[in-house]
Amino acid sequence: MSKKRKKELEEKPYHKPLVKRRKPNRSIAGDIALYIFLVLVAVIMVFPIVYAVSSALKPLDELFMFPPRIFPRNPTINNFTDLFVTLGKSWVTFSRYLFNTVFMTAVGTAGHLIIASMGAFVLAKYDFPGGKAFFKLVTVAMMFTGYVTAIPNYMIINKLGWIDTYWAIIIPAFASPMGLFLMKQFMEGLPTSLIEAAKIDGANEWKVFFQIVMPNVKPAWMTLIIFSVQGLWNNRASTFIYSEEKKTLVFALGQIQLGGIARTGQAAAVLVVVMIVPIIIFIFSESQILETMASSGLKD
Amino acid sequence: MKEQQDGYLKKYFQLRKHNAQVAWKKMKMSKNCYIFLAPYAILFTMFFVFPVVASIYFSFTYYNILEPPRFIGLQNYISLLLEDDIFLIGIKNTLIIAVVTGPLGYIMSFLFAWLINELPRWVRSVAVVVFYAPSIAGNCYVIFSVFFRGDAYGWVNSLLMSVGIIDNPILWFTNPKYMLPVCMLVILWMSLGTGFLSFVAGLQGVDRSQYEAGYMDGIKNRWQELWFITLPSMKPMLMFGAVMSITQAFNVCDVTMQLCGYPSTDYAARTIVTHLFDYGFSRFEMGYACAIATILFLMMLLCNKAIQSLLRRVGT
Repeated sequence: MSKKRKKELEEKPYHKPLVKRRKPNRSIAGDIALYIFLVLVAVIMVFPIVYAVSSALKPLDELFMFPPRIFPRNPTINNFTDLFVTLGKSWVTFSRYLFNTVFMTAVGTAGHLIIASMGAFVLAKYDFPGGKAFFKLVTVAMMFTGYVTAIPNYMIINKLGWIDTYWAIIIPAFASPMGLFLMKQFMEGLPTSLIEAAKIDGANEWKVFFQIVMPNVKPAWMTLIIFSVQGLWNNRASTFIYSEEKKTLVFALGQIQLGGIARTGQAAAVLVVVMIVPIIIFIFSESQILETMASSGLKD
Repeated sequence: MKEQQDGYLKKYFQLRKHNAQVAWKKMKMSKNCYIFLAPYAILFTMFFVFPVVASIYFSFTYYNILEPPRFIGLQNYISLLLEDDIFLIGIKNTLIIAVVTGPLGYIMSFLFAWLINELPRWVRSVAVVVFYAPSIAGNCYVIFSVFFRGDAYGWVNSLLMSVGIIDNPILWFTNPKYMLPVCMLVILWMSLGTGFLSFVAGLQGVDRSQYEAGYMDGIKNRWQELWFITLPSMKPMLMFGAVMSITQAFNVCDVTMQLCGYPSTDYAARTIVTHLFDYGFSRFEMGYACAIATILFLMMLLCNKAIQSLLRRVGT
């Protein structure tokens, strides 16, 4: 050891090293290879999305240019303004489509949050006959997607007289199994003593639920909201709703997308509008979602 | 002898009665729990349990919405499996897609979650967004039809032609030979979904002291660390991820329908769900469509059971 270094150490014995001590099982070459690999994969993953955004910003002549460019030379927002013009000329106004989607998404998400959390609360914190069996059923139901149960669902909604109303979309969304599952797993992490303490102080179940449990599971709220919004925002609702004035924004945008080659620019703009909402919500709530997902594991 | 038997029987029934009484008392005591669960339970039964039961029932009938359902026994299943060649194509394609994209997507989800786990915090959160974005990007996958366009001006075609691998442009979404592989590529691109998030979160929660103990016990490289420490403590997340991958792998239909057309050339991109969609919503043969749905349920449940018993052995 050089003299200078020795002196330095004497002066500041607890000097923090500039480079963090590495884990014992890692080689530098391996780490570098890993970084390169990850960057490559990330570029591949993100490329189609970047391309979708950039083609929405291209003027019409560049959209058909060969060889194609990744980034537009003269970026414009004409495609978006055209989109609003087209929507403005349609029989049902743009604001109505937007209202439909926002209304369904908001009501469906709020109801889902309350109903699923109520169910999750008792499933997580109380032991009562039938509770475990019910939860097992919910985990199995997570595997079923819309198309598979669509036919009987249609008949049920028809019997209830909800065809061509908002309820046909909103009410089934209340019962989404994924939300209950994540909420229950997260609530199991809450200390039971908290609830018992509140009970000793004389709170009944409702008070415990709304004043103790709900404020303590805010990260899980966020997660439920995201999953529910994702489902409802992308819902075309074309099976249950046939009046044009009750259809969703995504449906209207899909119609424009099918407009053929003359609408290529607008179709690209539609892609961006549809995908940007869930992605932005995800970016803002990422840490809360990950906190919830930490308790998402399925035990036998 | 007989008396003794009667005695046993009596005792058995007494015990049963007692158990039932205890359960009833418990239920009465936890009345509040049922009140809390009731709204969800009713809706869940109505929109998730009942449809499954109903579709099993309708699968034994001939039902076209206009006439009342008529019971025809196993006829639907017999014609599905023995006479419907297109359904067999659908099963074959679904199985191919499930076998390739299911495990591969699952492994990819875990692999990337594991690889980004040790990155600094902000890099990790950017990486999570980048990897997760394709699965929530709506129908952004239609952009692949630009890359794989059938004429010489498509990206892939022009690239392959300029390198000299092919002479004529390939009709990616019209030629039955190339449809499935391209679709699988797109599905894989979208496969880092909810399971991936679960893995990322789970890896963050693995107890650090376990690794320290592992170093003492002579774990040499990151692969051993993965197999002996990380995977066993991730088991619940692995189960959850498996459920998610099975769901995704068996329910493929949007991607193939949007990219390859509906119906596709020679039905080469037909999946079980596409077939169900065809009979349910284009031909209104509801009984037949329900039989398809029932077969799909059974396949998914069996697959789930198999994977769970497989995962129990991890790290032992």
